[in-house]
Amino acid sequence: MPYIPHTEKDRECLLKAVGAEKIDDLIAVPENARLKGELKLPKGLTEQELTKALKKKAARNSTVEDYASFLGAGAYNHYIPAVVDSVISRSEFYTSYTPYQPEISQGTLQAIFEYQTIVCQLTGMDVANASLYDGASAVAEAALMARRITGRDKVLLSAALHPEYRETVRSYLHGAGNHVSEVMYCTEAGTTLPEALDAALDKDTACLVIQYPNFFGSVEDLKALADAAHAKGALIVAVTNEAVSFGLLASPGSLGADIAVGDNQSFGNTLSYGGPYLGFMATKTEFIRQMPGRIVGETVDRDGKRAFCLTFSTREQHIRRERATSNICTNHGLCALAASVHMVSLGEVGLRRLALLNLSKAEYLKKALANVSGVEVAFSSPTFNEFTIKISKAPEEVLKGLLKKKVMGGLALKRFYPEMNTKEEMDSFVDALSKISG
Amino acid sequence: MNDNGIKGLLLDEPLIFERSSVGRMGVAPAEFDIPEADPKGLLPAGLLRDRIDGFPEVSEMDAVRHYTRLSQWNFGVDSGFYPLGSCTMKYNPKVNEALCRLPGLSMIHPYEPEELVQGALELMYELEEYLAEISGMDAVTLQPSAGAHGELCGLLMMAAYFKDKGKARTKIIIPDTAHGTNPASSHLAGFKVVPVKSEGKGALSVDAIKAVMDEDTAGLMVTNPNTIGLFEKNIKEIAKVVHSKGGFLYCDGANLNALMGLVNLGSIGVDVIQFNLHKTFSTPHGGGGPGSGPVGVKKALEPFLPAPRVKKSRGKYSLEYDRPKSIGRLKAFYGNFSIMVRAYAYIRRMGGEGLKRASETAILNANYIKERLKDTYHLAYNEPCMHESVFSDKNLLGHGVTTLDVAKRLIDYGFHPPTVYFPLVVHGAIMIEPTETETKETMDRFVEAMKAIAEEARTNPELLKNAPTKTKVRRVDETRAAREPVLRWVKK
Amino acid sequence: MEFPKDLKYTKEHEWVKVEGNIATVGITDYAQDSLGDVVYVELPQEGGTVTKNEPFGVVESVKAVSDLYSPISGSVHEVNDAIIDSPEAINEDPYGDAWMIRVEIGNTNDLSDLMSSDEYQKFIEEEK
Repeated sequence: MPYIPHTEKDRECLLKAVGAEKIDDLIAVPENARLKGELKLPKGLTEQELTKALKKKAARNSTVEDYASFLGAGAYNHYIPAVVDSVISRSEFYTSYTPYQPEISQGTLQAIFEYQTIVCQLTGMDVANASLYDGASAVAEAALMARRITGRDKVLLSAALHPEYRETVRSYLHGAGNHVSEVMYCTEAGTTLPEALDAALDKDTACLVIQYPNFFGSVEDLKALADAAHAKGALIVAVTNEAVSFGLLASPGSLGADIAVGDNQSFGNTLSYGGPYLGFMATKTEFIRQMPGRIVGETVDRDGKRAFCLTFSTREQHIRRERATSNICTNHGLCALAASVHMVSLGEVGLRRLALLNLSKAEYLKKALANVSGVEVAFSSPTFNEFTIKISKAPEEVLKGLLKKKVMGGLALKRFYPEMNTKEEMDSFVDALSKISG
Repeated sequence: MNDNGIKGLLLDEPLIFERSSVGRMGVAPAEFDIPEADPKGLLPAGLLRDRIDGFPEVSEMDAVRHYTRLSQWNFGVDSGFYPLGSCTMKYNPKVNEALCRLPGLSMIHPYEPEELVQGALELMYELEEYLAEISGMDAVTLQPSAGAHGELCGLLMMAAYFKDKGKARTKIIIPDTAHGTNPASSHLAGFKVVPVKSEGKGALSVDAIKAVMDEDTAGLMVTNPNTIGLFEKNIKEIAKVVHSKGGFLYCDGANLNALMGLVNLGSIGVDVIQFNLHKTFSTPHGGGGPGSGPVGVKKALEPFLPAPRVKKSRGKYSLEYDRPKSIGRLKAFYGNFSIMVRAYAYIRRMGGEGLKRASETAILNANYIKERLKDTYHLAYNEPCMHESVFSDKNLLGHGVTTLDVAKRLIDYGFHPPTVYFPLVVHGAIMIEPTETETKETMDRFVEAMKAIAEEARTNPELLKNAPTKTKVRRVDETRAAREPVLRWVKK
Repeated sequence: MEFPKDLKYTKEHEWVKVEGNIATVGITDYAQDSLGDVVYVELPQEGGTVTKNEPFGVVESVKAVSDLYSPISGSVHEVNDAIIDSPEAINEDPYGDAWMIRVEIGNTNDLSDLMSSDEYQKFIEEEK
């Protein structure tokens, strides 16, 4: 049997040691609960057969390299340097678990401590946790956290927040009686509508959630929105799911965010059909006891040497049970390591350059597409690396046409995304679109 | 005992920020093949960022050395025996790591048109079927990211079911032996937790459930085998009690590694279960994730599963979003796909027979360790165990030695300590789960080490109190970490 | 372990010292010892009210968290802010520097079911 080392002799020896004649004597399950018969599963495979079977499955998928892909919307195809997989493939990292025993987990602990620091640097916040599942669940956790901090119920979501994120917040908040409402976006600017905000914000509002840059790719005026929320005593939750934008845009913290959350998938994590990605959360020092998730702190060992360990554990479920800040236990540690390695190998200069490259490509494509007849840029607000266009024809049909030319043009909700796309690819995309659309 | 816990060369390594040199770059991004945009012309000045103070800047090789050194301070399943009870630290097959990295599985975008990802959808569809078969459930969602996420999913479905029936229920019963995630998830799903004590031999009694189960209670959340490593032998009768009041039986599947091919949970009354793919199905724990926590349900709860669902029709796979009764979604996209790939590969490699053998062997190994240690350490419940057994430090307290000291001393012997101080119902608990992938020789060495430590506790307790001594750092000051928090590096 | 004779005790391991209509409340030596190194304490606002047998705050060590239950009902006259900054005082001097709140006693009947030092010591022996 694969992965089970016992020889027949071992089994006999072990059975004898435990005083059983056969394995069934050991299974302390009442007869009425035993499975009759065998599991109806395919027969086991050799490693070679398995590899073949999985390659066959993989071959039935088209990758973002088989096509020129302009898909984004919360999952971003950036180049991942080879160092990333090299480091996260070290099995001392990936075959360990939560660092409960700090003396033999200093590697994981120091790596998380460094990651927490990098998240703080990018978001301009004071403290960050070790990770959450993904951007969507991180927003839900932030909304719950804002309710605990303010003692208020209402959660206001910008309608320009990723729809799947909004849906996640609603599901998470069912248990807490919901209280979720949305603020419209300006159909001209593509950003959260300030007028709608004035009416929606009140003394029961726990937080206003703004995506920055938002779902349409537009860069929100976070500062003004934060001021409006703060004037009513509400917190502002800034959500960033294209983390490369941190290389160019002012940090959420510097614009007044109280909680910065989002997804760091863009750094070091493959698309992998939607997961695992990397939820992050950072906040102000004063709110730390309300922050969910693991936190690593620096301390010393018995000899006074620098050491790291999990801390603030009393917020967590294994100690506080139903009164914990969250139920989260296993998080996305290895994804955080991948993101760290990617960012570290870029450095500040590299990160800024990467962000500029993304901006430049988006601008190039935006201008080119705007010249195609039947195509218009949907919103007037500045964008970072994705943007929305309006097409006079039915978008679904246009996208189908593009697929024939080996272009994944975006989603029917029309988001487009650059860096991995060469000028050539973008030009042929424009060309293909002009043929279909024109 | 001479092949464990020998010293090696561990190199010191500062924080990455302390290695940094302004302007240094590791791996440069691509060249510009289009004109460079001017951010100042495109974005308002207030939205452009200043320098990122203290951001790490190192060469590619220094980055690699940095993380290589860090990794060497870690202990993983690949380093040695890791009998962390309740966490199922079994071998993580290398072929799974290779397969999930196939470009056809790793370089696919979640919003690709369905016709371009038929292989991915088929894999998910089949994995759902396999998990349904293993557990005896009718339908499975792969969306949740981890065990606790799966618990939340299952509980939200239960809540939605009663709401849909026109009478919301407010309570949920949870035994005192439960993982902390159970009450935390229940609270998040809006339920009030009704605790129930396990009796005498660590098992739940039918009467105890009868006494609290009513028509305002959504159901019972039970871990089976429970956290003491015992099968809840009254489970079928307990399920009847719960069902007779219209409630659901939620089984926390954290310990499923003991049951594959041996128990059909569906047929004994379980209505909901979450699977921890990173435990039972061999996917790596990643230093704290990512895991994956699919949820299986019986027919009655199927309409409430998160959207989207993978559907198959005339050989073609698609995603079904239109699910009016669904609880919605718990994350973006469809779940931790690359973890699913690993679990899928594991199940295919093992087959039904192999999975059954895995569970049998996990039970055999746990009983072996239990038998060999029970005369040395106090056994919390002297019953035939399933995949793990729970000891305590009761016999050692007279020597001024506690569970923590035993755990730390084990490190010096070259083993990862078992789970300690859990479950809470056993004072000074030591919970040992060897899993099926360990050899007799490894377990023997572990048993010898445990016995040697018990002897040291009597003759030279200072050895335990001072342990570990061979590690990168010695015992760390957790009190200081909490009283004087330093949670990030700050540029001086 | 000390249990001063001039104090009253609760089953939740708080102590009470009555002076006039003011009751000073803290946690016992036994409580701080069971918790281990205290790292954090949360206390009510001055001027707020506390209710007998209801939580008025939280005390945390590295690995445990415990509610603080008020032995009496009344309004919070004074709060010991000093222990918020240096919670180690709770371990070092639970009956002195580490008092937690001073309450203006609303109803003296609240004091009738509190235990004496001897009764409390007997109680913790049985609880062990």
